[in-house]
Amino acid sequence: MEWASWSEFWNMGGYGFYVWGSYGVTAACIAVEVYLLKRAAGDTRRRLKRMQQWEEQ
Amino acid sequence: MNLYTYASPANFYVLAGKLIPWFAWGTGIFTVWGLYISFFLAPTDFQQSEAYRIIFIHVPAAWMSMFIYLVMAFWGAIGLAFNTRLSFMMARALAPTGAIFTFIALWTGAWWGKPMWGAWWVWDARLTSELILLFLYVGIIALWAAIDDIRRGDRAGSLLTLIGAINVPIIYFSVKWWNTLHQGASVSLTKAPSMAATMLQGMLVMAIAAWLYTITVALIRVRRIILERERQTEWVKALLEKET
Repeated sequence: MEWASWSEFWNMGGYGFYVWGSYGVTAACIAVEVYLLKRAAGDTRRRLKRMQQWEEQ
Repeated sequence: MNLYTYASPANFYVLAGKLIPWFAWGTGIFTVWGLYISFFLAPTDFQQSEAYRIIFIHVPAAWMSMFIYLVMAFWGAIGLAFNTRLSFMMARALAPTGAIFTFIALWTGAWWGKPMWGAWWVWDARLTSELILLFLYVGIIALWAAIDDIRRGDRAGSLLTLIGAINVPIIYFSVKWWNTLHQGASVSLTKAPSMAATMLQGMLVMAIAAWLYTITVALIRVRRIILERERQTEWVKALLEKET
Protein backbone atom coordinates (compact mmCIF):
# COMPACT_ATOMS: atom_id res chain seq x y z
CA MET A 1 0.00 0.00 0.00
CA GLU A 2 1.35 3.37 -1.04
CA TRP A 3 -0.75 5.71 1.08
CA ALA A 4 -0.48 6.58 4.75
CA SER A 5 -3.81 8.45 4.82
CA TRP A 6 -6.73 9.47 2.63
CA SER A 7 -5.52 13.07 2.44
CA GLU A 8 -2.23 11.81 1.07
CA PHE A 9 -4.17 9.74 -1.45
CA TRP A 10 -6.18 12.75 -2.68
CA ASN A 11 -3.05 14.90 -2.74
CA MET A 12 -1.22 12.51 -5.13
CA GLY A 13 2.23 13.78 -4.16
CA GLY A 14 1.20 17.34 -5.04
CA TYR A 15 -0.18 16.33 -8.46
CA GLY A 16 -3.76 15.78 -7.28
CA PHE A 17 -5.14 18.52 -9.53
CA TYR A 18 -3.73 16.87 -12.65
CA VAL A 19 -4.39 13.25 -11.70
CA TRP A 20 -8.00 13.87 -10.59
CA GLY A 21 -8.55 16.29 -13.46
CA SER A 22 -7.71 13.43 -15.82
CA TYR A 23 -9.68 10.71 -14.05
CA GLY A 24 -12.62 13.00 -13.32
CA VAL A 25 -13.13 14.10 -16.91
CA THR A 26 -12.74 10.51 -18.14
CA ALA A 27 -15.42 9.35 -15.69
CA ALA A 28 -17.67 12.25 -16.77
CA CYS A 29 -17.25 11.38 -20.48
CA ILE A 30 -18.25 7.77 -19.85
CA ALA A 31 -21.18 8.78 -17.62
CA VAL A 32 -22.47 11.14 -20.34
CA GLU A 33 -22.12 8.49 -23.05
CA VAL A 34 -23.99 5.89 -21.01
CA TYR A 35 -26.72 8.41 -20.09
CA LEU A 36 -27.22 9.51 -23.72
CA LEU A 37 -27.28 5.89 -24.85
CA LYS A 38 -30.01 4.99 -22.36
CA ARG A 39 -32.07 8.04 -23.27
CA ALA A 40 -31.72 7.38 -27.00
CA ALA A 41 -32.80 3.75 -26.57
CA GLY A 42 -36.03 4.84 -24.87
CA ASP A 43 -36.68 7.58 -27.45
CA THR A 44 -36.23 5.20 -30.38
CA ARG A 45 -38.62 2.62 -28.96
CA ARG A 46 -41.29 5.20 -28.18
CA ARG A 47 -40.98 6.76 -31.63
CA LEU A 48 -41.14 3.45 -33.46
CA LYS A 49 -44.16 2.39 -31.44
CA ARG A 50 -45.95 5.65 -32.27
CA MET A 51 -45.19 5.20 -35.95
CA GLN A 52 -46.52 1.68 -35.79
CA GLN A 53 -49.75 2.83 -34.14
CA TRP A 54 -50.31 5.42 -36.89
CA GLU A 55 -49.85 2.80 -39.54
CA GLU A 56 -52.44 0.58 -37.94
CA GLN A 57 -55.10 3.30 -37.94
CA MET B 1 -26.45 -23.28 -37.44
CA ASN B 2 -23.57 -21.49 -39.10
CA LEU B 3 -21.79 -18.21 -38.49
CA TYR B 4 -23.63 -16.41 -41.28
CA THR B 5 -26.84 -16.72 -39.28
CA TYR B 6 -25.63 -13.73 -37.26
CA ALA B 7 -24.97 -11.60 -40.33
CA SER B 8 -28.75 -11.19 -40.40
CA PRO B 9 -29.75 -8.15 -38.34
CA ALA B 10 -32.76 -9.95 -36.83
CA ASN B 11 -30.63 -12.74 -35.40
CA PHE B 12 -27.82 -10.43 -34.39
CA TYR B 13 -30.28 -8.23 -32.50
CA VAL B 14 -31.18 -11.18 -30.26
CA LEU B 15 -27.57 -12.35 -29.87
CA ALA B 16 -26.36 -8.84 -28.96
CA GLY B 17 -29.12 -8.57 -26.37
CA LYS B 18 -27.85 -11.74 -24.70
CA LEU B 19 -24.20 -10.68 -24.82
CA ILE B 20 -24.58 -7.13 -23.45
CA PRO B 21 -24.99 -8.06 -19.74
CA TRP B 22 -21.85 -10.24 -19.85
CA PHE B 23 -19.72 -7.52 -21.39
CA ALA B 24 -21.18 -4.94 -18.99
CA TRP B 25 -20.28 -7.06 -15.97
CA GLY B 26 -16.82 -7.71 -17.41
CA THR B 27 -16.32 -3.97 -17.86
CA GLY B 28 -17.20 -3.35 -14.21
CA ILE B 29 -14.94 -6.08 -12.86
CA PHE B 30 -11.93 -5.14 -14.99
CA THR B 31 -12.38 -1.42 -14.24
CA VAL B 32 -12.40 -1.99 -10.47
CA TRP B 33 -9.45 -4.37 -10.72
CA GLY B 34 -7.54 -1.98 -13.00
CA LEU B 35 -8.16 1.04 -10.76
CA TYR B 36 -7.07 -0.96 -7.72
CA ILE B 37 -3.75 -1.81 -9.41
CA SER B 38 -3.38 1.77 -10.68
CA PHE B 39 -3.80 3.45 -7.31
CA PHE B 40 -2.92 0.87 -4.67
CA LEU B 41 -0.47 -1.65 -6.09
CA ALA B 42 1.57 0.32 -8.63
CA PRO B 43 4.55 1.95 -6.92
CA THR B 44 5.40 5.66 -6.97
CA ASP B 45 7.51 6.56 -10.01
CA PHE B 46 11.01 7.72 -9.11
CA GLN B 47 10.98 10.48 -11.74
CA GLN B 48 7.36 11.58 -11.97
CA SER B 49 6.13 10.81 -8.45
CA GLU B 50 2.34 10.21 -8.54
CA ALA B 51 1.64 12.24 -11.69
CA TYR B 52 2.48 9.21 -13.84
CA ARG B 53 -0.73 7.48 -12.65
CA ILE B 54 -2.47 9.30 -15.52
CA ILE B 55 -0.82 6.65 -17.74
CA PHE B 56 -3.43 4.08 -16.68
CA ILE B 57 -6.13 5.91 -18.60
CA HIS B 58 -4.00 7.82 -21.10
CA VAL B 59 -2.39 4.83 -22.79
CA PRO B 60 -5.45 2.54 -22.91
CA ALA B 61 -7.55 5.47 -24.25
CA ALA B 62 -4.94 6.22 -26.92
CA TRP B 63 -4.77 2.55 -27.93
CA MET B 64 -8.56 2.37 -28.14
CA SER B 65 -8.75 5.55 -30.22
CA MET B 66 -6.60 3.84 -32.87
CA PHE B 67 -8.01 0.29 -32.54
CA ILE B 68 -11.63 1.43 -32.81
CA TYR B 69 -10.76 3.41 -35.94
CA LEU B 70 -9.17 0.33 -37.52
CA VAL B 71 -12.18 -1.83 -36.59
CA MET B 72 -14.47 0.82 -38.15
CA ALA B 73 -12.33 0.82 -41.29
CA PHE B 74 -12.51 -2.99 -41.34
CA TRP B 75 -16.33 -3.02 -41.14
CA GLY B 76 -16.51 -0.21 -43.69
CA ALA B 77 -14.32 -2.17 -46.11
CA ILE B 78 -16.41 -5.34 -45.62
CA GLY B 79 -19.56 -3.31 -46.16
CA LEU B 80 -18.26 -1.66 -49.33
CA ALA B 81 -16.95 -4.95 -50.73
CA PHE B 82 -19.86 -7.26 -49.92
CA ASN B 83 -22.70 -4.79 -49.35
CA THR B 84 -23.56 -6.36 -46.01
CA ARG B 85 -25.98 -4.19 -44.07
CA LEU B 86 -24.82 -5.17 -40.62
CA SER B 87 -21.19 -4.17 -41.32
CA PHE B 88 -22.17 -0.55 -41.93
CA MET B 89 -24.29 -0.58 -38.80
CA MET B 90 -21.31 -1.82 -36.77
CA ALA B 91 -19.13 0.96 -38.18
CA ARG B 92 -21.71 3.57 -37.19
CA ALA B 93 -22.13 2.06 -33.73
CA LEU B 94 -18.40 2.32 -32.99
CA ALA B 95 -17.70 5.89 -34.11
CA PRO B 96 -18.99 7.88 -31.09
CA THR B 97 -17.04 5.72 -28.63
CA GLY B 98 -13.90 6.06 -30.75
CA ALA B 99 -14.31 9.83 -30.73
CA ILE B 100 -14.73 9.81 -26.94
CA PHE B 101 -11.59 7.75 -26.39
CA THR B 102 -9.65 10.07 -28.70
CA PHE B 103 -10.86 13.05 -26.69
CA ILE B 104 -9.89 11.30 -23.43
CA ALA B 105 -6.41 10.51 -24.79
CA LEU B 106 -5.92 14.17 -25.75
CA TRP B 107 -7.38 15.50 -22.52
CA THR B 108 -5.37 13.26 -20.18
CA GLY B 109 -2.31 13.97 -22.32
CA ALA B 110 -2.75 17.69 -21.73
CA TRP B 111 -3.21 17.21 -17.99
CA TRP B 112 -0.09 15.08 -17.91
CA GLY B 113 1.89 17.37 -20.19
CA LYS B 114 1.26 20.45 -18.07
CA PRO B 115 3.05 19.21 -14.91
CA MET B 116 5.76 17.26 -16.79
CA TRP B 117 6.54 19.39 -19.87
CA GLY B 118 5.19 22.69 -18.58
CA ALA B 119 2.71 22.95 -21.46
CA TRP B 120 -0.88 21.78 -21.98
CA TRP B 121 -0.31 21.45 -25.68
CA VAL B 122 2.56 21.45 -28.19
CA TRP B 123 2.31 21.03 -31.96
CA ASP B 124 4.37 17.88 -32.02
CA ALA B 125 3.77 15.07 -34.52
CA ARG B 126 2.17 12.66 -32.04
CA LEU B 127 -0.23 15.20 -30.55
CA THR B 128 -1.12 16.75 -33.89
CA SER B 129 -1.83 13.43 -35.62
CA GLU B 130 -4.02 12.35 -32.67
CA LEU B 131 -5.92 15.64 -32.97
CA ILE B 132 -6.43 14.90 -36.67
CA LEU B 133 -7.88 11.52 -35.61
CA LEU B 134 -10.45 13.35 -33.47
CA PHE B 135 -11.38 15.55 -36.44
CA LEU B 136 -11.71 12.43 -38.62
CA TYR B 137 -14.12 10.83 -36.15
CA VAL B 138 -16.17 14.03 -35.88
CA GLY B 139 -16.12 14.47 -39.67
CA ILE B 140 -17.29 10.90 -40.30
CA ILE B 141 -20.10 11.18 -37.73
CA ALA B 142 -21.17 14.52 -39.23
CA LEU B 143 -21.11 13.06 -42.75
CA TRP B 144 -23.33 10.16 -41.68
CA ALA B 145 -25.70 12.58 -39.96
CA ALA B 146 -25.84 14.86 -42.99
CA ILE B 147 -26.81 12.27 -45.62
CA ASP B 148 -30.45 11.21 -45.28
CA ASP B 149 -30.21 8.34 -47.75
CA ILE B 150 -28.94 5.55 -45.51
CA ARG B 151 -27.19 3.52 -48.20
CA ARG B 152 -25.41 6.53 -49.69
CA GLY B 153 -24.48 7.74 -46.22
CA ASP B 154 -23.06 4.34 -45.30
CA ARG B 155 -20.89 4.27 -48.40
CA ALA B 156 -19.68 7.87 -48.12
CA GLY B 157 -18.85 7.52 -44.43
CA SER B 158 -17.02 4.25 -44.90
CA LEU B 159 -15.04 5.64 -47.81
CA LEU B 160 -13.94 8.58 -45.65
CA THR B 161 -13.06 6.16 -42.85
CA LEU B 162 -10.87 4.13 -45.21
CA ILE B 163 -9.08 7.18 -46.60
CA GLY B 164 -8.47 8.47 -43.07
CA ALA B 165 -7.03 5.13 -41.96
CA ILE B 166 -3.66 6.29 -43.32
CA ASN B 167 -3.51 8.52 -40.24
CA VAL B 168 -3.37 5.56 -37.81
CA PRO B 169 0.14 4.33 -38.71
CA ILE B 170 1.23 7.97 -38.78
CA ILE B 171 0.09 8.36 -35.16
CA TYR B 172 1.68 5.10 -34.11
CA PHE B 173 5.08 5.70 -35.73
CA SER B 174 5.15 9.48 -35.27
CA VAL B 175 7.41 9.15 -32.22
CA LYS B 176 9.94 7.25 -34.36
CA TRP B 177 9.71 9.22 -37.60
CA TRP B 178 9.90 12.66 -36.07
CA ASN B 179 11.68 14.21 -33.17
CA THR B 180 8.76 14.52 -30.78
CA LEU B 181 8.43 15.84 -27.28
CA HIS B 182 6.11 12.91 -26.70
CA GLN B 183 8.08 9.91 -25.48
CA GLY B 184 8.45 6.74 -27.53
CA ALA B 185 6.44 3.58 -26.92
CA SER B 186 7.08 1.97 -23.52
CA VAL B 187 5.33 -1.18 -24.66
CA SER B 188 5.88 -2.81 -28.04
CA LEU B 189 5.45 -6.25 -29.54
CA THR B 190 9.09 -6.64 -30.42
CA LYS B 191 10.96 -5.88 -27.23
CA ALA B 192 10.50 -6.21 -23.50
CA PRO B 193 8.50 -3.35 -21.97
CA SER B 194 10.59 -0.63 -20.36
CA MET B 195 8.52 -0.28 -17.23
CA ALA B 196 7.76 -1.95 -13.89
CA ALA B 197 5.70 -5.14 -14.12
CA THR B 198 2.88 -3.80 -11.91
CA MET B 199 2.58 -0.64 -14.00
CA LEU B 200 2.36 -2.71 -17.17
CA GLN B 201 -0.21 -5.01 -15.57
CA GLY B 202 -2.36 -2.04 -14.52
CA MET B 203 -2.24 -0.63 -18.04
CA LEU B 204 -3.20 -3.94 -19.62
CA VAL B 205 -6.10 -4.54 -17.22
CA MET B 206 -7.38 -1.02 -17.91
CA ALA B 207 -7.00 -1.66 -21.65
CA ILE B 208 -9.12 -4.83 -21.36
CA ALA B 209 -11.72 -2.83 -19.38
CA ALA B 210 -11.75 -0.25 -22.21
CA TRP B 211 -12.25 -3.00 -24.80
CA LEU B 212 -15.13 -4.55 -22.85
CA TYR B 213 -16.70 -1.11 -22.38
CA THR B 214 -16.42 -0.39 -26.11
CA ILE B 215 -18.03 -3.72 -27.01
CA THR B 216 -20.85 -3.13 -24.51
CA VAL B 217 -21.80 0.34 -25.74
CA ALA B 218 -21.29 -0.57 -29.42
CA LEU B 219 -23.68 -3.52 -29.06
CA ILE B 220 -26.27 -1.32 -27.34
CA ARG B 221 -25.92 1.26 -30.11
CA VAL B 222 -26.05 -1.28 -32.95
CA ARG B 223 -29.28 -2.72 -31.53
CA ARG B 224 -30.88 0.71 -31.73
CA ILE B 225 -29.63 1.16 -35.29
CA ILE B 226 -31.01 -2.26 -36.26
CA LEU B 227 -34.46 -1.36 -34.85
CA GLU B 228 -34.48 1.95 -36.74
CA ARG B 229 -33.50 0.44 -40.05
CA GLU B 230 -35.64 -2.68 -39.84
CA ARG B 231 -38.73 -0.92 -38.54
CA GLN B 232 -40.77 -1.95 -41.60
CA THR B 233 -40.08 -5.63 -41.09
CA GLU B 234 -42.42 -8.09 -39.44
CA TRP B 235 -39.99 -9.10 -36.71
CA VAL B 236 -39.53 -5.53 -35.43
CA LYS B 237 -43.28 -4.95 -35.51
CA ALA B 238 -43.86 -8.15 -33.57
CA LEU B 239 -41.12 -7.24 -31.11
CA LEU B 240 -42.56 -3.78 -30.38
CA GLU B 241 -46.06 -5.17 -30.14
CA LYS B 242 -44.98 -7.72 -27.57
CA GLU B 243 -43.57 -4.96 -25.39
CA THR B 244 -46.71 -2.82 -25.26
